[in-house]
Amino acid sequence: MTNDLTIAKALNQALRTAMEEDSKVLLFGEDIGKLGGVFRVTDELHKDFGDHRVLDSPLAESGIVGTAIGLAMRGYRPVLEIQFDGFVFPAFDQIISQLAKVHRRTNGSVKLPITIRIPYGGGIGAVEHHSESPETFFTHIPGLRVLTPSDPQSAYSCLLSAIRSNDPVIFFEPKRRYWDKGFVDRTESPVDPWRARIVRTGSDVTVVAYGPMVKTALQAANASEYSLEVIDLQSLSPLDDRSIADSVERTGRLVIVHEAPGNLGLGAEIAARIGKSCFYTLEAPIERVTGYDIPYPPSKLEEHYLPDHDRILVAVDSAMEA
Amino acid sequence: MTTAPQPQNPAVQLLTPEGELVTHESYSLDLTHAQYKSLYREMVFVRRLDQEATALQRQGELGLWASSLGQEAAQVGSAFALEKNDFAFPTYREHGVAWMRGVDPMKIMEVYRGISNGGWDPLEHRCNSYTIVIGNQVLNGVGYAMGCTLDQSEDAVITYFGDGATAQGDVNEGFVFASTFDAPVVFFCQNNQWAISQPSEKFVKTPIYKRADGFGFPGVLVDGNDILAVIAVTKAALDRARSGAGPTLIEAFTYRMGAHTTSDDPTRYRHENDLQNWKLRDPIERLKVMLARNGIADRNFFDAIDIDADAWAHTLRAAVRSMGEPAPESIFDNVYADSHEALDAQRAAFLDYHEGFADSGVQS
Ligand SMILES: Cc1ncc(C[n+]2csc(CCOP(=O)(O)OP(=O)(O)O)c2C)c(N)n1
Ligand SMILES: [Mg+2]
Repeated sequence: MTNDLTIAKALNQALRTAMEEDSKVLLFGEDIGKLGGVFRVTDELHKDFGDHRVLDSPLAESGIVGTAIGLAMRGYRPVLEIQFDGFVFPAFDQIISQLAKVHRRTNGSVKLPITIRIPYGGGIGAVEHHSESPETFFTHIPGLRVLTPSDPQSAYSCLLSAIRSNDPVIFFEPKRRYWDKGFVDRTESPVDPWRARIVRTGSDVTVVAYGPMVKTALQAANASEYSLEVIDLQSLSPLDDRSIADSVERTGRLVIVHEAPGNLGLGAEIAARIGKSCFYTLEAPIERVTGYDIPYPPSKLEEHYLPDHDRILVAVDSAMEA
Repeated sequence: MTTAPQPQNPAVQLLTPEGELVTHESYSLDLTHAQYKSLYREMVFVRRLDQEATALQRQGELGLWASSLGQEAAQVGSAFALEKNDFAFPTYREHGVAWMRGVDPMKIMEVYRGISNGGWDPLEHRCNSYTIVIGNQVLNGVGYAMGCTLDQSEDAVITYFGDGATAQGDVNEGFVFASTFDAPVVFFCQNNQWAISQPSEKFVKTPIYKRADGFGFPGVLVDGNDILAVIAVTKAALDRARSGAGPTLIEAFTYRMGAHTTSDDPTRYRHENDLQNWKLRDPIERLKVMLARNGIADRNFFDAIDIDADAWAHTLRAAVRSMGEPAPESIFDNVYADSHEALDAQRAAFLDYHEGFADSGVQS
């Protein structure tokens, strides 16, 4: 079965598949029932699976994650929705103090196969708290896995893998790409979510991106006079640095792109790892193109904050000219 | 310590939906004719502001708008009860409160147009920035109130939140802290029956105002569409706060007449019938009937206000359309109070980068 779907629809299909294959999978979050979530990712699922599988929660994120931990201890496999990136923080305590640590604390006895879906990132002209990229807070926490898809196919495959995972997965959805369409193969999983994938091959510079920035990196690759290899990380934790290193061994140059502020962002971690593993092949300093170290600006100014293909091209040029 | 007035059920009401003045055993209100008329005017203008903003959003002039339609009495009335030095902590929907605190509506527009995250100066207006993260402002308001006590001042605080927000930890922690410290704060919950798609009856198994009991302070249910009752109840709660007796929870029973925001489609989850019923309880209409019936105002007065509101809305519309935009590099402003070398360097690099594009004629 193959067809063209938006990312939102691909996620919806992944949820449906997961719910069909495992009766313990349940959805839990604000406005996800009749409304289908504010982005309609859970559209129709309440109608088709009913009140016992799709639960509208009270308006409290700590409550959502905290009770999901109990549900998981009771054998359920909750898939949670946090309405927007900026609203995950009331749940931070439960995520850090419990969700991430229970398996270790109980010597592996208690598994918490919980997926927390979070639409993230900017570019949709929203008010404050609706455009943030908080992924680094979670990649920093041992015990959590972090995934983020970039297109409909990876959305479908990554979400299914997140739900099937026996570890807690923080699943970041690139909200400004929700309506991008693409081919989705649902018969098998052609994408391994835990591996970075090369979405465009090239020989001059490796450009590493994830989530919403993959499309931006591809735009830069189309516009560049150089041959860019674009890598979509998919998994932010664990990081597949082997795949990045393989590419850098060939290109000798690396540009890392993310929307989140640069200071101690994923780019810093990747640069440190590749700086060591590819020390002898790197022909230029590793470049980062990121959000600035400021709170996400009001929407009329967001274009000045968000990395765009021009900024990527400038970084590529300086890598080439170094 | 004064003892808690027994929660009134049904809601405190001084003005019926039919526009009839009624008495209440615990609450009364004595206003001059001029005050009645000005309350009417304020509500008409707040509604006009809301209509205009909704239209501006449709035309792409605002990024988003959260409508206050139907909640004018709860907002204008509660804010009317405040003294100048009191402090209000609104959510994102309290345009009537911001209006009554003297906030320039253009500053509200800035927030929803996406030019600023705050708009006005909270300290100047003694009205906090709109708070979007549900419940956060309740604790902030309680803390401010604790400061009022420490200062031995007579200032009081009102903090707003919705029915949905009563689920949040922050709100409940706010209740506990206020109770512990007898903080001079009024918790003003507008139960507009909906939290986006969720009907409040689903999560509110006991009336919201009754929860106050468990936290150790009084709770009052008021007809949130009756501006006179709202004022009376809020004034009493503020007086109590000022006297050192501690917080009060007011549940203003009202209805969200519009969509949650302009991004929302309520046809997916609620019936038109409810809306029609609530139209009969319109807060502005009932005050109008009362004013006319008691000979306080006549047709000329109402017509003149409509004309004023139209003219004012026209100016507002034009002003929003021609609103300027802050300089791009202003995104680096005010991140820190003290100078910050690393960020200053980033701003300088940002400016260099954009100048580079300007020189090359490339649009960045
Ligand atoms: C912490 C947090 N979670 C989720 C949201 C998204 N959200 C915005 S408004 C809203 C419903 C609020 O309902 P209520 O408290 O009744 O206030 P109302 O909008 O009705 O005025 C939700 C869930 C948010 N702003 N903050
Ligand atoms: Mg509400």
